[in-house]
Order: sequence, then structure tokens, then C-alpha cells
Amino acid sequence: MTEQRKIRVLIAKPGLDGHDRGAKIVARSLRDAGMEVIYTGLHQTPEMIVSAAIQEDVDAIGMSIMSGAHNVLMPVVVEGLAEKNAQDIAVFGGGIIPEDDIPDLKEKGIKAVFTPGTPTADIITWIKENISPK
Amino acid sequence: MISLDALLSRDVRAGARLLRWIDDGNAEARGLLKQLYPHTGKGTIIGITGNPGAGKSTLTDQLIHRYRKQGKSVAVVAVDPSSPFSGGALLGDRIRMQEHAVDDDVFIRSFATRGHLGGLTNTTTDVVHALDAMGWQIILIETVGVGQDEVEVQRLAHTTVVTMAPGLGDEIQAIKAGILEIADIFAVNKSDREGADRTVSELQMMLDIGYVSPAEQAHHGGSILLRDQRQERVCPQGWVPHIVKTIATTGDGVDELMTALAEHTQAFQNACQDESFGRARQRQEFLDVFRRALFERGWSYLMHEDHLNQILDQLLDGSADPYTLAEEAVKTLYRL
Repeated sequence: MTEQRKIRVLIAKPGLDGHDRGAKIVARSLRDAGMEVIYTGLHQTPEMIVSAAIQEDVDAIGMSIMSGAHNVLMPVVVEGLAEKNAQDIAVFGGGIIPEDDIPDLKEKGIKAVFTPGTPTADIITWIKENISPK
Repeated sequence: MISLDALLSRDVRAGARLLRWIDDGNAEARGLLKQLYPHTGKGTIIGITGNPGAGKSTLTDQLIHRYRKQGKSVAVVAVDPSSPFSGGALLGDRIRMQEHAVDDDVFIRSFATRGHLGGLTNTTTDVVHALDAMGWQIILIETVGVGQDEVEVQRLAHTTVVTMAPGLGDEIQAIKAGILEIADIFAVNKSDREGADRTVSELQMMLDIGYVSPAEQAHHGGSILLRDQRQERVCPQGWVPHIVKTIATTGDGVDELMTALAEHTQAFQNACQDESFGRARQRQEFLDVFRRALFERGWSYLMHEDHLNQILDQLLDGSADPYTLAEEAVKTLYRL
């Protein structure tokens, strides 16, 4: 068969904040970088994100959180993936996240955190260097 | 490795990975498809197509609800376009199907067209075979938003629902070929909007003119309607498309749509008893698989030992024309 492997990424907005512009801009940028992006919309629970990621067989999940709930929600997604034996799916995040919280998030399995002002090109580069399609 | 047992017991991880392999053209997928094929044929396959913004995703979401109420498991194949420039895609059909995200009896998978025209992807047939074999009872295929000629879904689906929004008016007359011809059921969605009744009556008029009555068909001795050889349509004898008004956002009219779907499923199953009907369906499916096998064979030849580059060299230095080169390549291919 003519093989054509693509990086697939789920972009999700967990929690209750409705500020989805960042997520949409990232989704659009990844599309323009040749990736297949599944965008699930607002108000996702960690359970919904894990389930969608597995059904879509994505290579990575990017979460955008502006509400301050990142310390809770992001690690729960990582744990949920591990429970479903899907720890091969990389998790990264962005949004309003204080620098002080980042080391702890990384320790809990969040592979990268992109704070406000990050050029989208940096996110694309990080994905291309760290994620390969299955 | 994916085990056949995991697939047949509807393991989500295994199934999702197989679909990835199918979509990516991974060589291992074909072996599994061969093993899965004997388990196909149990699922009900429904295509949802229509213009962009007509409400396909929202209507699909309503159908998931209804089929889940009947206790049936539902798999959704949602197709969105790839960017012709970057090759990337933004797949957003899940947004309107949120409530089913954690229901184990609902499986939703988004696909990008990856340059394939026709409303589906190049591998949707294989994807549907896999889901059918895995035991999903209802398989809903949501096409990309289509214009007039993206009619592939009707070859794959048992029942095709064409979703339309009001306001097309006279345009129906102009576009009555193409997607309007593939409907088993028309869902005139957003029917609380002005112009819905007009759309319904325009469709009705189109059907009155365009459909051969069952009596006439019997007179001509045909049990199936055949159009041209490539885009032939195989549908149960005597079926005249139903028109249903829906409001997908509220669920109005969805019960009527379910009734129409059940009636068509019955008609389809009855028609399947007829050998010529089954044969015509098989023909369509086989030709799809065969076409892809041929292309893959040709492609691997072109990629082998730099054949394609040699051809391009000859074209660039003007020593040959593309028609002759293509003919020669095909001849060589068949001798191999």
C-alpha cells in the first residue's frame, strides 16, 4: 500500500473557562504544519479527553487551560491514559500557567508547557522533534 | 501487533489502531482486513451527506441518541477535508457529538480526506468493513460537506440520507443531478426556517418527475436501477425517497427520520434476498477494492528502481510523450 503517515493531535479545552481562542489558533497552526488536528470544543472532562484520544488514536494531546485548574486537570488526563494502557500518547499543555507550576506538571508527565506569548512555530517544532506518527 | 481476538471483542484501543493503519496505508492492515472480512455483514450502514452547514453532524448526534435508546451500539465515521496546501486537517465533527464521549457503546472516529475527492476518504470502505466485523451494530458515515458530485457514500451505505437546509428554492431544479439523485431519504433540516415547505415541495416535484414508478419498473423487468457503469446506483425496487422535515438542534422530526430509516432498512434487506441485487452491491464493493489494488501495484512499480524519475527525465528532455510512457509502464507492469 502507499503509506502516508500523519501526525494526529487532539486539541482540547478541559474545564469551565470559555476562552478558546488560544486553542483554536494552535489547532489551526498545526493544521497548516500538515498535521491532522481533532478539535473537540469547550468544557471537556478529563474522561472525555482520554476517551476521544483513544478513539481517534492520536499521537499527542494538547490542552489549553485559562482557569487555573491546570494542576488538577492535566495530571488527571495523564493518569487516565495510563489506566487505559495508552501512556504512549504524549500530553502537552498551554494557557495561563505560572512558571512555578511547570516543574511539577512535568514531573507528573506533562511533556511540555507553552505559556502566553509562545510563537506557534515553537509548538510545531517541539511536536515534530518529539512526536512521531505511530 | 493487533490481535484478531481483540478486534472481534471490540477492544477500542485495538480497533482505533487498526483504523489508523488502514488510513495510513500500513501493509499490516490488509492482512487483518482479510481475516476480519468473514465477520462482516451484520451492521447497518447509514450515510449522512449534504451541503456544508446543512446540519449533518448535529443530525448524526441525534441519530446516535435514538439508536442508543434502542440499545444498539453505534460507530461514527466522520470525514472532514484536508487542506490542499499543507496536507493537514482540522477535524471538528466531534464538537457536536460531545455527550457520547464516555459511552462505551459509541465510537467516533474523524478522518481527513487526504486529497481524495468524492466525499469520503480513499479507505472508508475498509474502515467500514473493520467496524462492521468488530460488531458495531449501527455505522453512521458522515461525509464532508458536499456540493453536487460527491456521491461515493451511496455505494457503501445501505441507506443514504441527504441533508438539506431550506433556501435552495429554484436551485433544486438546477442541481437535480448528483447528490439529489443518491438520496434514499431527504432530511430537510432547520425546517423552522423560512422556505422549508418550499424546499420540500421542490423536492417532491423533482421526485414526481424523476422517478420511475414501481409498476413501470416491473414492466421493464428490472429489479434495480442502473445508471452509468461507474456511478451506478443500486437501490431496492420501488423505493421512492422519503422527505422528512427535521430540526436537528431540538430533535424535532428525528422520530420521523428514524421511521423512514427503519422502512428503508427493511426494503434494503428484502432486496438483498434477490441475487441480482446482492451481486450488484458486491460488484460495487469489489471494483472499489480492485481499483485501489491496481493503483497500489502501479505506484509501487513507479517507485521501484527509480522508474518514475526515468519517465520524468524523458518527459523533460522531450524524448517521449506522457501517453506513450504511461502505456509502456502499464505493459511492463502486467508482464511482471
